[in-house]
Amino acid sequence: MSEGRRTVKTFEKRLKGRVYVLGDNIDTDQIIPACYLNLVPTIPDEYRKLGSHAMAGLPDGLPPFVTPGKDRTEYRIIVAGRNFGCGSSREHAPVALGAAGTVAVAAESFARIFFRNAIATGEVLPIETARPATNLFTTGDDAEIDLAGLCLRNIRTGASVPIRDPGPVIEVIAAGGIFGFARKMGMIRSS
Amino acid sequence: MKRTITEAVLARASGLARVEPGQNIWVNADILLTHDVCGPGAIGVFKREFGPGARVWDPDRVVIIPDHYIFTADQKAKRNVDILREFAREQGLRWFYEPGTPNYRGVCHVALPETGHALPGHVIFGTDSHTCTHGALGAFATGIGNTDAGFVLGTGKLLIKVPPTLRFVICGELPVFVTGKDIILRIIGDIGVDGATYAAMEFCGDTIASISVEERMTICNMAVEAGAKNGIIAPDDKTLAFISKRAAHPFEPVYGDDGAPVLKTFSYEASSFEPCVARPHLPSNYARARDCSDVRLDRAYIGSCTGGKISDFRMAAEVLKGRRVSIKTFLVPATSEVAGKINEERIGDRTLAEIFADAGCEPIAPPSCAACLGGPEDTYGRTTGNETVISTTNRNFIGRMGSKAARIYLASPLTVAASAVTGRITDPRDLA
Repeated sequence: MSEGRRTVKTFEKRLKGRVYVLGDNIDTDQIIPACYLNLVPTIPDEYRKLGSHAMAGLPDGLPPFVTPGKDRTEYRIIVAGRNFGCGSSREHAPVALGAAGTVAVAAESFARIFFRNAIATGEVLPIETARPATNLFTTGDDAEIDLAGLCLRNIRTGASVPIRDPGPVIEVIAAGGIFGFARKMGMIRSS
Repeated sequence: MKRTITEAVLARASGLARVEPGQNIWVNADILLTHDVCGPGAIGVFKREFGPGARVWDPDRVVIIPDHYIFTADQKAKRNVDILREFAREQGLRWFYEPGTPNYRGVCHVALPETGHALPGHVIFGTDSHTCTHGALGAFATGIGNTDAGFVLGTGKLLIKVPPTLRFVICGELPVFVTGKDIILRIIGDIGVDGATYAAMEFCGDTIASISVEERMTICNMAVEAGAKNGIIAPDDKTLAFISKRAAHPFEPVYGDDGAPVLKTFSYEASSFEPCVARPHLPSNYARARDCSDVRLDRAYIGSCTGGKISDFRMAAEVLKGRRVSIKTFLVPATSEVAGKINEERIGDRTLAEIFADAGCEPIAPPSCAACLGGPEDTYGRTTGNETVISTTNRNFIGRMGSKAARIYLASPLTVAASAVTGRITDPRDLA
């Protein structure tokens, strides 16, 4: 993960992890508040710091996404409602989630720029649920995203919802983002 | 096959005879815009991926306008401007509007048109979601992330999906005291914060033709608050007059075909618009200003790419002339050009600056994004507690202006100024 770049060689077909549940319209100011935009994602130490501030803009009273004093979150999966990542074009948003150790956001829908940035950076896999899923999860549950069977399952309760096929997005994320993918496919020269 | 203006611009920029919504195409960028918050990261990606000695694809087409964290003691913010300065020097970039020099402008989305970099028919990519502002001049303009911007810096191209168009036709005479801000807040209220996700929002009709280029900028600026990829308005004589003495690059206006098919058309009578607000915490929380008169306010804020243009300050001054504000009222001109005009332009015998001083507003701040997006703790006008703010800015998300406990109402400069006088949300038509 040098200079904030991920190089994932093989992508697991089943992503498992602890879940953090959020509602609709989670905006980029909640994902990474503007006071942390002085951090530059391509500087390794600042990449790590962005992770420590992931979701720092959530309203007070919710469980902390990252335990104070830690750099990484225990929540590998976010389950959210509609329009996740609306607002700013700040790439700091998917970077903060990826740097914190979140591997996937399963939401009913995504805002356009966040979705593209998540894929371009390879930081976090955006998964669209085919039905609302937030009512099936409580923060702290364990979930499994089955990329072969195309479903999101609550391991505690057994409840599941279908997910939309992410198609070629998986390969781009697995290659560590668009540059890694473009090199792998011979679209641009290897450095 | 008839084409919308968005399709026509993208066809030109991709060298294709026709493009269709949903098609993935490589387009050539006419301008890459960046600033101090995302520029250093985009430069980091560019150097990491293309090599430390790489050159940008065209130094005449990279425009760097630092604007976010300029007047702060934050050391990293200063370091970020240093990174931009060094990059501009190393790459020989002419269009670096450097803080601390006479070239400094301020908010990039007001500065870009002022400096003639926002032109009809162009494709403009910017590392800021409000890049959609420049569709007001007939450009295809959209916000992108650092990684895509790093790619554009190296290649001058980007792979994009052609958006379907949502057409908003607005006809008739706008009532007095109704502005572009009231138009766009109503539309976002109607379609929701994801109502235009991935789509182009095209604004047309005789009402749009009748309003100024700056009012059109206010409308296109907030297209992203409905999730749109771009907002766009066909260029006309007003557009060409606006850019005639400014154009910094060659350009050829591009127009859509009459009757080009769109995904959906929304029709509005101009007479149906009213002064309005967006209540906390989403831009789609539309309410008539008159229906919020029980909301007591602590602050008013006039500034940003949405509401910090000279026309916005003119509107505020019309309301504040001969009146006194009853709450703290912050004024942040978007750019140095706007700041200059506030000192020069007069209503009657008083300059706008004098009118604001007479009204008891806070001293006019230097141009930048300031408290629109919170920022470092020493940012001018940043909320620190549970203030209720009425603001000409574009977003009222939780914590957007600094503190999570603050409540932000978005409104036009007329409604913000009228509310500053009474200390409650006030329809400017009701100010006796």
